[in-house]
Amino acid sequence: MAQIRIENVRKDFGSFNAVKSSTFTIEDGEFFMLLGPSGCGKTTTLRMMAGLELPTSGRIFIDGEEVGQKPASQRDIAFVFQMFALYPHMNVRGNISYPLKSQGMPRAKIKAKVEEVAEILGVTDILDRPVGGLSGGDRQRVALGRAIVRDPKAFLMDEPLGALDAEFRERMSEELRALHDRMKATTVYVTHDQLEAMQMGDKIVVMNHGVVEQFGVPQDIYDWPATRFVAQFIGSPPMNFLDFEGVIGAGGDEVRLNDVEVKVPPSIEGAKGKLTLGVRPEHVTLDDDAPYRGRVMATEYLGTTQIVTLDTANGPLKARVASAARVDVGTTTGLRFDARTITLFDQQEGRALRSQANAGVLDHG
Amino acid sequence: MSYSITEPGKGIKWVAGILVVCYALITIAPLLWIIATGFKSGPDSIAYPPKVVFEPTLEGYVNLFTDRTRATSDMLEAAGPPETWYEQIARDQGTVITGASRYGERFLNSIIIGFGSTALCMILGTAAAYAFSRFRVPLKDDLLFFILSTRMMPPIAVAIPIFLMFRNLGLNDTHLGMILLYTAVNLSLSVWLLKGFIDEIPVEYEEAALIDGYTRFQAFYKVVLPQAATGIASTAIFCLIFAWNEYAFAVLLTSGTAQTAPPFIPTIIGTSGKDWPAVAAGATIFLVPVMIFTILLRKHLLRGITFGAVRK
Repeated sequence: MAQIRIENVRKDFGSFNAVKSSTFTIEDGEFFMLLGPSGCGKTTTLRMMAGLELPTSGRIFIDGEEVGQKPASQRDIAFVFQMFALYPHMNVRGNISYPLKSQGMPRAKIKAKVEEVAEILGVTDILDRPVGGLSGGDRQRVALGRAIVRDPKAFLMDEPLGALDAEFRERMSEELRALHDRMKATTVYVTHDQLEAMQMGDKIVVMNHGVVEQFGVPQDIYDWPATRFVAQFIGSPPMNFLDFEGVIGAGGDEVRLNDVEVKVPPSIEGAKGKLTLGVRPEHVTLDDDAPYRGRVMATEYLGTTQIVTLDTANGPLKARVASAARVDVGTTTGLRFDARTITLFDQQEGRALRSQANAGVLDHG
Repeated sequence: MSYSITEPGKGIKWVAGILVVCYALITIAPLLWIIATGFKSGPDSIAYPPKVVFEPTLEGYVNLFTDRTRATSDMLEAAGPPETWYEQIARDQGTVITGASRYGERFLNSIIIGFGSTALCMILGTAAAYAFSRFRVPLKDDLLFFILSTRMMPPIAVAIPIFLMFRNLGLNDTHLGMILLYTAVNLSLSVWLLKGFIDEIPVEYEEAALIDGYTRFQAFYKVVLPQAATGIASTAIFCLIFAWNEYAFAVLLTSGTAQTAPPFIPTIIGTSGKDWPAVAAGATIFLVPVMIFTILLRKHLLRGITFGAVRK
């Protein structure tokens, strides 16, 4: 197993720039998520690690060795494709043993190894079936079997659950995570589903337009987004953005929103002009006595909680409150924000302003 | 995939069945007639009204494969009694066999040139189609159009330049020359057909093979080729049929060493009167290789022809 390091990697397809200068490190044994909307360059980044695309510039290290310009066959990594890409002219056994055949392993050893892997994945009874008639879940297991059979340095997975239906996804994501915990293999996993990323990942890289927006553990990224894009992409419903014109000095711990003072974490850098206050829905509480006011537009019942949509002077806002609380559509109510959790953004650049709360997270990512 | 369409009524099924049978009769009848004529005697073959029921004889086949001369009674006596069944057949017609005819050689030429050009066409066509399908080839669209454009006129339109070129290069009446010519004519078709087939094969299969430790070339022949077998088989049949049946260039560019069967068969007719059974026998044997080839590949052919008609 291995550490993977991406250094200033860039990829152009003709005049189209898919990935702009990305740098991050995937530690040995980590379950690492590459997250972003479609077209953000996450798959291209993964394919460059695999050697299916060569970077236009920059370096890629696997286990300390520079492999950026090496072909895929020499990198000793496994890749799980979204559509599985099982060889249709071979049966299950043929598919799982194929990577071993390329290494010239003796037949008896291949047989033993394939059976061992089939045991782990629970596909022993379908080993001699053609891959054509398999269910989605079984195809997925065979694809995983082909990946783990030769103990590669790392597993790269391109939306491996994307082709499964909802019921199977849940189960396979658990199986995948369990498999990872058992093998302790470095795994890089591409997804556009933020929930999947938060659920399964040890670490997440959020990409957008070919740029790494943020990199860190799921909790840090959720709590302290580095950019507006991350704040909006992660969380459902996403972080609320209240745009305002204002000023905050270095060390300041409050801003004026529509002439109401709102406490924020002590700022490290000062800013002036068009700013945005970001607050997660669960950090908004409804309190009739609070000075900042909003009008209830709608409520959505979600079982344990409800989402209340409000209209404020600085834009729409969603609050997640206990479903027992009584909220009437059309009424006006006061809003309180949990001061420790607020992030301020520069509207122009979309970047989070450093405060004493998020500095620790932003400095390392 | 399952879908339902309105089941046609019984009457419509009957009409459809009759139409298909009629069509089959129209297309198969001449073939059957040729095959039958091959087994007729000379007089039977030109009898009027035509004979549908007749006494089969191998006269046509013996005449096809032998050179004979009309014998006087002295010659027959000098030759002694016939030693083989085919000599007997020749004697019955009042002739003696003087040697083997050229048909065997011509037929072999057809095999060498037909299958040779088909094989070459498949090798070059698959490689070119794979490159066009998978790699960023500069001026790809223009090149593909150029390749297609070589088919926009009948090949015979360039017969005179080709004739002159072949003469200067010493390719006239050689196997190599004919193989190259038929390959050149067929290659555009094979590149286009095969590109379509290879485009349909998801590139992930090769990528999976690359990841699994195979080189690009190994991925090509271990993963792509088996997937493309259907396309290659049906394209090969198209190429073979063209090269096999080609007449005009064969007449123009071959006369002896490399002459194929099509220009040879009509010459049989002139050797000793109008020998229709021998011509028919030549045509019948000529049909066999393509028939065998097609039957061997028939599963692929059917899938190949309807390829792309149904979305997966």
